Amino acid sequence: MRELTYLEPDDTTEAVAAVSGDPEAAYLGGGTNLVDHLKLGLATPSTLVDVTGLPMDTVEVHTSGAEPVMRIGANVRNSDLAAHPVLRAHLPVVSRALLAGASGQIRNQATTGGNLLQRTRCVYFQDTTTPCNKREPGSGCSALQGYGRYNAVLGASDACVATHPSDLAVALAAVDAVVLVQGVDGERRVPFADLHRLPGDEPERDTTLAHGELVTGVELTASPASRTSTYAKVRDRASYAFALVSVAGALDLDEDTVRDVRIAWGGIAHKPWRATVAEDALRGKRLTEDAVREAVEAELADASTTDQSAYKLPMVRNTTAHTLLTLAGQAGDPR
Amino acid sequence: MTATPITARSMGTSLDRQDGREKVTGHATYAVEHPVDDVLQVWMVQAPVARGTVRRVDAGAALAHPGVVRVLDHESAPRMPADDDRDLEYSVLQDDRIRFRGQVVALVLAESSEAAREGARLVRVDYAEEPHAVTMDDAEAYAPESGVNGGHETDYADGDLDAAIHDSAVVVEQTYTTPHEFNSPMEPHGATALWDGAMLTMWDSTQAVHAMRSTFAPLLGLGEEQVRVLAPYVGGGFGSKGGPKAPDVAAALAALAVEGRPVRLATTRQQMFSLAGYRTQTVSHVRLGADADGRLRGVGHEAISQTSGFKEFAEQTASAARMLYAAEARSSTHRVVPLDVSVPSWMRAPGEMPGMFAHEVAMDELAVAAGIDPVELRVRNEPDVDPETGKPFNDRRLVECLRKGGERFGWTGRTGPTRATDGDWWVGTGVAASTYPTLWMPGNTCRIEVLDGGRYAVSIGAVDIGQGARTVLTQISADALGVDPSAVDLAVADSDLPVATVAGGSAGTGSWGTAIVQTAQQLRADHGADPEVGVHTTSTTEEYPDMEAHALHSFGAVYAEVRVHRWTGELRVPRLHGTFSVGRVINPVTGRSQLLGGLVMGLSGALFEEGWRDPRYGHVVTQDLASYHVAAHADVKDVQAFWLDEEDPLATPYGGRGIGEIGIVGTAAAIANAAYDATGIRVRDLPLTADRFLG
Ligand SMILES: Cc1cc2nc3c(=O)[nH]c(=O)nc-3n(C[C@H](O)[C@H](O)[C@H](O)COP(=O)(O)OP(=O)(O)OC[C@H]3O[C@@H](n4cnc5c(N)ncnc54)[C@H](O)[C@@H]3O)c2cc1C
Ligand code: SF4
Repeated sequence: MRELTYLEPDDTTEAVAAVSGDPEAAYLGGGTNLVDHLKLGLATPSTLVDVTGLPMDTVEVHTSGAEPVMRIGANVRNSDLAAHPVLRAHLPVVSRALLAGASGQIRNQATTGGNLLQRTRCVYFQDTTTPCNKREPGSGCSALQGYGRYNAVLGASDACVATHPSDLAVALAAVDAVVLVQGVDGERRVPFADLHRLPGDEPERDTTLAHGELVTGVELTASPASRTSTYAKVRDRASYAFALVSVAGALDLDEDTVRDVRIAWGGIAHKPWRATVAEDALRGKRLTEDAVREAVEAELADASTTDQSAYKLPMVRNTTAHTLLTLAGQAGDPR
Repeated sequence: MTATPITARSMGTSLDRQDGREKVTGHATYAVEHPVDDVLQVWMVQAPVARGTVRRVDAGAALAHPGVVRVLDHESAPRMPADDDRDLEYSVLQDDRIRFRGQVVALVLAESSEAAREGARLVRVDYAEEPHAVTMDDAEAYAPESGVNGGHETDYADGDLDAAIHDSAVVVEQTYTTPHEFNSPMEPHGATALWDGAMLTMWDSTQAVHAMRSTFAPLLGLGEEQVRVLAPYVGGGFGSKGGPKAPDVAAALAALAVEGRPVRLATTRQQMFSLAGYRTQTVSHVRLGADADGRLRGVGHEAISQTSGFKEFAEQTASAARMLYAAEARSSTHRVVPLDVSVPSWMRAPGEMPGMFAHEVAMDELAVAAGIDPVELRVRNEPDVDPETGKPFNDRRLVECLRKGGERFGWTGRTGPTRATDGDWWVGTGVAASTYPTLWMPGNTCRIEVLDGGRYAVSIGAVDIGQGARTVLTQISADALGVDPSAVDLAVADSDLPVATVAGGSAGTGSWGTAIVQTAQQLRADHGADPEVGVHTTSTTEEYPDMEAHALHSFGAVYAEVRVHRWTGELRVPRLHGTFSVGRVINPVTGRSQLLGGLVMGLSGALFEEGWRDPRYGHVVTQDLASYHVAAHADVKDVQAFWLDEEDPLATPYGGRGIGEIGIVGTAAAIANAAYDATGIRVRDLPLTADRFLG
């Protein structure tokens, strides 16, 4: 049996010190991802620092400003967060994304922080008998020429074509969340778009966090668009399956002209893909199916697919169009 | 004596599942839960190459790990007696050859499962790797010499198919494929085993305790009396536990290596994908030719599947084409491609499931081409006698299933894709026929002893794998003896009990039930209606159904409603109805559960299941239940099973036929046909994933 040290720190400073000072230490949230990795031999930490006893398990709502602000502790469980009335009223996309993920049991156990930092489901990453640059830098990428149904179509590199599996993260990308992080040098605020990385030639790094940086919470600010928002997840099974493609959409219309729009895609890239090119193309335009398709096309200009992943382009086009048209209350017959 | 038909009293009623209480309260002990003291845990080390030899196994680091007690490899594992014909699937750790990726190359025995697992990680194996052949294009197909699975001939031809197709007004000629599919029972394979120096006892997750014993004894150089196999509770098998698999053999070898200490081996879900058998992928070329009114002139089905090169398993994909519909010319052939892959094997309705997908989608295509309602098309091609053998059918009621099922479902008839819409969804309906042969196995022995107070002890080594054997055999026993089910003490699942055949081929209940009826009738003949306490009778079946006189089959009709999302391509099945002709249903609750299970598994195969083998490595990389999808609850909506009210005394003395497999058979075709009706898109390759329906 592989022995490891299990720590239950009393406060966040102690937790950060424990992990930062030990390259072999890891945080343990709900464990629904990390414990699997321990069993499969993907992660071999010598020390587990359990963060679930730390005081970061509340949702604070601040209403002093123009828009409600939610500060969500990293330990808030996925099912509790999904049910939060303020979230459901002001940021339904986040609640729906959570509910589209995993299963009831897993959502009861999984934490907000752990969800964002869960690792790819690439089948080779999870199989220690095959080469994988993310698991073993320099060993090669098996997915490039292998099973590719879930591969990235934007922002991938020759080193890694994996996708990020989290639904929650896609929604948070769409609503410009801020991730609250504590390190040995103190706290910092990470704009959501800067949390996850594209693989480049360092696919072993999923995020921009330094080893030992603790996610303490997530801050969400509501907006007119976030109140008209939703999450569409396309998957093989009706539930309990990772996204083939997913779309987080938020829309604020002035009559039928787009005042504000947010689009983020899951299943497309190594990180939740915020479709800013498409958003820019739509802002100030009349929202029509053609306009959405044109905007999506521009976002997909650099997409690269294989036989196995080519389906993702029509799927994300259609799903984005359907999502925005539904938000606008005008989804009719597809073109 | 041969059994004679009995009258139903308990049969037909929903006697409670006899082991239901233990199961739902968690008291049922499955194979790896059997309580033993001082147990060693076994972990399997698997080859990461598909072909080659083991050069060296270095167990040093593993043995140095705390808790690790032994490491067995091909040099140190207990030897099996020399046998040139030894089944290489069972030949675990007997030589240095690697025949497929994932093969067991070492076993680690340790004081805890964590230590065993870590020990397995620490075993260093050097391989001499050789180029491998793992895809259908990598090797030449051949015709299996001794027939295909299920006792069918490899090739069959009646009439001149080419001429019949040539003379046909309407022709469909298409290729259909099904992927590798994996049995995913709730309980993965596993065993607890103990060798005490004289006797090997195995608490095993198996569908056949006696087949395990009769395979294991010679394999391990033991007498049959030295092997005892028990399977008190089994969490499903679907065929994968029909015979030994490498994990069972590994558990036995480990036990032999540590005389006096029990061992436990639990297969992980990932290991199930290389060591528990699977349904091979299939390619079916189907040719149908018909007159303008839809009457078939020719039916051709050429099936190709793959097998492991070291042990042949030939899926009987094209067998149903021989008997399903009347056509003057019918031809059906099987070819297999031998590869460096793990051994394919039984998975619920081997042959019929993939073959009837091809055949029944082709029939739908024919209906469209001929402009005939698909139900009507099938009715027009109903044969008078079995087209394959020329014998009368026992009781062929396919048309009744189609008609009654259609009425319940609300089938109104159509001649082309409807492409109806409902909001964001296309909506369609589809139909397909099901069939499954009625198999019956002789050589089942039952013992009945008269107990105090009008009770009877009925023993037979049958296995309850969740299908409800304990319950329905109690009912058959009660009715055969003319007593209340509560007066029956049934003992099953132990090779010390009288010999029984496998819970498989939808033939378990029929074969065991006949032995029970025969023995009960023998007991009454020998000892009268009011026998003395302590008397007993044992008898073994030789015959019952007259296969010479009749062609015995079951039939069914599956109707599906499918919705396909017009934007995303996602496919859902809001309604799935199966109506079956299966003889008497002994217990409506357990029987319905069998048929529903088949329908759900068919739905799962239609929509999701696909094992993706990586040609570079040779193993299936979608090797867990997050990447190999089986239906979740949310996918199972209005699924209903109906059956015709009938009894079939030609098949069994209690009037029932097997029901374990027929539910899966026509389901994938019905769903694919409904998807076509909804979208106009004809998908000929399973599974029917969303990407197929994107405009
Ligand atoms: C079968 C299955 C299906 C699933 N399906 C989906 C799905 O459809 N959609 C989806 O989005 N997810 C899905 N998931 C993934 C699930 O959402 C994640 O496993 C879960 O959210 C992880 O949260 P956790 O708290 O259990 O994290 P853990 O497993 O505890 O940790 C995950 C990672 O985050 C790190 N970590 C944890 N907390 C912190 C912190 N506060 N600061 C810094 N690092 C931290 C850990 O070190 C670890 O690396 C599925 C999981 C399973 C097993
Ligand atoms: S895609 Fe990334 S995670 Fe998958 S095998 Fe390649 S490097 Fe590993």
